[in-house]
Amino acid sequence: MRNKKITRRELLRNLSLATLAGVSFPLLSCTKEEKEDFLQKHFREMTADEKKRLIAKWELRYQQKYGKKFTISTKEALPNTLWGYGLDLSRCIGCRRCVYACANENNNSRQNPQLHWIRVIRLKKGTLINLENSEHYYDPEQVPEPGFIYMPIQCQHCENPPCVKVCPVHATWKEPDGLVVVDYNWCIGCRYCIAACPYKGRVFNWAEPKLPAEEVNPEVHYLGNRPRMKCAVDKCTFCIQRIREGRYPACVEACPTGTRKFGNLLDPKSEIRYVIENKRVLRLKEDLNTEPKFYYFFEA
Amino acid sequence: MARLDRVILLFFILLGAGDPALAKETSQEFPVPPPPFSEGMFPCSDCHASMEVNPKRRELKEAHEDIVLHHGETMRWCLDCHYAKNRDQLRLYNGELIGYDQSYRLCGECHGNVFNDWKAGIHGKRSGYFTGGKRTYLLCAHCHNPHDPKFKPLKPEPSPHRPRDKQHAK
Amino acid sequence: MEPLRDTLRETWRFFRETVVLVLKGSRAYYAWCLFLIAIVFVGLFFYLEQHELGLIATNMNDQVSWGLYIANFTYLVGMAAAAVLLVVPAYVYQFKPIKEIVILGELFAASSIIMAILFVMVDLGRLDRFWHMIPAVGSMNFPQSLLAWDVIVLNGYLFLNLLIPVYLLVKYYYQKPPNWKFILPFILIAIPWAVGIHTVTAFLYNGLAARPFWNASILAPRFLASALCSGPAIMIIIFQVIRKVSDIEIEDRALFKIAEIMAYAMFLNLFLLTAEMFKEYYSNTVHIESFKYLYEGLHGHAQLVPLIWTGTAMNVVAFFLFLVPATRHRISTLNLGCILIIMGVWIEKGPGFVIPGFVPDPLGEIYEYVPDVLEFMVAFGIWATGFLIFTLLLKVAIPIITGKFRYSKFERETTPSIH
Repeated sequence: MRNKKITRRELLRNLSLATLAGVSFPLLSCTKEEKEDFLQKHFREMTADEKKRLIAKWELRYQQKYGKKFTISTKEALPNTLWGYGLDLSRCIGCRRCVYACANENNNSRQNPQLHWIRVIRLKKGTLINLENSEHYYDPEQVPEPGFIYMPIQCQHCENPPCVKVCPVHATWKEPDGLVVVDYNWCIGCRYCIAACPYKGRVFNWAEPKLPAEEVNPEVHYLGNRPRMKCAVDKCTFCIQRIREGRYPACVEACPTGTRKFGNLLDPKSEIRYVIENKRVLRLKEDLNTEPKFYYFFEA
Repeated sequence: MARLDRVILLFFILLGAGDPALAKETSQEFPVPPPPFSEGMFPCSDCHASMEVNPKRRELKEAHEDIVLHHGETMRWCLDCHYAKNRDQLRLYNGELIGYDQSYRLCGECHGNVFNDWKAGIHGKRSGYFTGGKRTYLLCAHCHNPHDPKFKPLKPEPSPHRPRDKQHAK
Repeated sequence: MEPLRDTLRETWRFFRETVVLVLKGSRAYYAWCLFLIAIVFVGLFFYLEQHELGLIATNMNDQVSWGLYIANFTYLVGMAAAAVLLVVPAYVYQFKPIKEIVILGELFAASSIIMAILFVMVDLGRLDRFWHMIPAVGSMNFPQSLLAWDVIVLNGYLFLNLLIPVYLLVKYYYQKPPNWKFILPFILIAIPWAVGIHTVTAFLYNGLAARPFWNASILAPRFLASALCSGPAIMIIIFQVIRKVSDIEIEDRALFKIAEIMAYAMFLNLFLLTAEMFKEYYSNTVHIESFKYLYEGLHGHAQLVPLIWTGTAMNVVAFFLFLVPATRHRISTLNLGCILIIMGVWIEKGPGFVIPGFVPDPLGEIYEYVPDVLEFMVAFGIWATGFLIFTLLLKVAIPIITGKFRYSKFERETTPSIH
């Protein structure tokens, strides 16, 4: 009887100590880096000083990881700007140069998972908006193939973005210049936004991104193409690092047939306004009332 | 001519003169890079100034035999666009002569819709900066070979990785 | 000061005694607990692998971004909501046979909610950033995001379903009458709250215009109807097991009453299914594709078809078993019906609901998702955790309810062995 009693009490004591140790172990084994990251504030709530320190921290980290000197911009939205995009469906030949130019410019994970922010789908001539008949994995010798048209789709930067509505932690929001951006360090990886997006604009870093150091683009924006981490959502940002400096996005520059147009919707002399006023533009899934800022149009 | 007729005639002449569509598109308005001549080709007058002009429609055998015209070739030949008397210039329909740096005016005579788009900045490849005065224009000839303008099919970049799947997605 | 010190001392004593109670039991009890603990450890081991590699260790991808974990989450929230099926007859209608076992139902609801929350936690890509969801400390997107609502209502429901039983049990333990003025409002608010948790979960899917399969108003009623079938079914089975292994008395009348209410819920579930089928097949728009994928197969992809038809057949058979009083009042057919409905609703609400929402994806692509070994192991681990917690809670609750575990009695009986 006596032995049994002591054993039971000892057992209780040992169990509680073991549990306490078990719980505190992950806390103790955290590196200083991980502790800092854990407590990092939401980007929009940071003061200018905190942002400066944040940028310095990340620039150092990226340099250590990739061996290149990084410049992380936090440039804010330009005044009186609302970015719009135009895509001439009569000229796209489905060559996918835009897809890979985007992946290279924006430091996307190359494999496992391979993250493409632009998806080009092939549709049979005669059916257009019924995306059920799309082919994503066409791989012919040459494009364009007769009888088909090609439609690239990326984040449409909606005015009523469903992804922003559903994010439980405000990790994604719409900037004043109309861009929908993600704070990669705030995202909890619940993937509700991926379920909510009608255009498959958002992709998920299912694992630590595989990015060869020699292919890294070191000119980045904090909310745009800086190298991400595992289990955060990312998506096209209209090359926020370029457009806020007045340069065209990478996909616009890469397209060999001049399919892509870009500009400021609020500037009456911009290219995109000319397109909207003079061409027959359409937007995808307009019945969902998301008000995308991506305008498709036709010449012929 | 009756006085009224003269007034009407004067009115239409003035209207025509003020018509913006007839205004010349100058090179100041559309800054373009230099035309993409083949190596050593320009100025053409280096050879042609001393040569006799042969206006007969024919297939070129002695020089420029690498140029095969696939651009309305049943309706035109070389000297319909190139000015016979001065090969450094191009010839518009109304007889006006322009340099190669304004060749867009020649293309625009037939391709009016595209020309309007190009002038507005929405035709063709965009690159560089779009704000302020840094907008760049390219000549038609920078992308389209004027003698064979149709784009050749390209080999597409690889298709994206298929999601791991027991049966392939369609 | 004095009353507070006394309360604290009593609480500590109660806690200490319950720990002793939990560690003492029959061979079958030890075997069951060790079996569950083993499964929990297996699940934990696989979860750590997922945590290390990232969610790429599962079979989810950009096309089907929610899988087994969220399927189980949806089902378990329904289970938890079904506790209301006991609370209403017990407290509102004062139906005595159920009133005696309502605490067990509430403890079951608490365990289900814990399992549901665990499933969401393993599905999160960055669990270390969970604190971003806490209002005031993080930045919770309330009221726009339905996930934020879900976090609030689920935790609130967990709080209610722990507060009420624990309060009552502790009062019974100390042989003091419960202060009904204090606890009855909580009990009554738990009824609409139970409806609320499952409605919010349904709205989570319902609000997504991008997924036509889910963007239907019928979702919330259908969720509630299927929840009110499956939750009580598992409780009926559990009550029979409890009846056998402990000396708590649960009348057959209680079980039959639950079964009768379930029959109505089942009818509603099947009726709503027919309503959905009519709308899809009669209007025959492009949006039928997800429904077709589930019930017929789409472009040669028919993985879920045998599963869903099995599930539907189970539901229909179970409905008739519950409808006919002869089969309802016979324990063997009652149990058969319960097992059929548990599995049938799991199929219909789990994989048969979450996966077709993603097939075809918004750009028309089809990816056939099958959970891999890691996901199954983690899922089993979480189910085992829930059952373990429920077992431990019952190990304390049942002796209190039967009167065996009481403050004075226990002191008298076990005093020698405490010191």
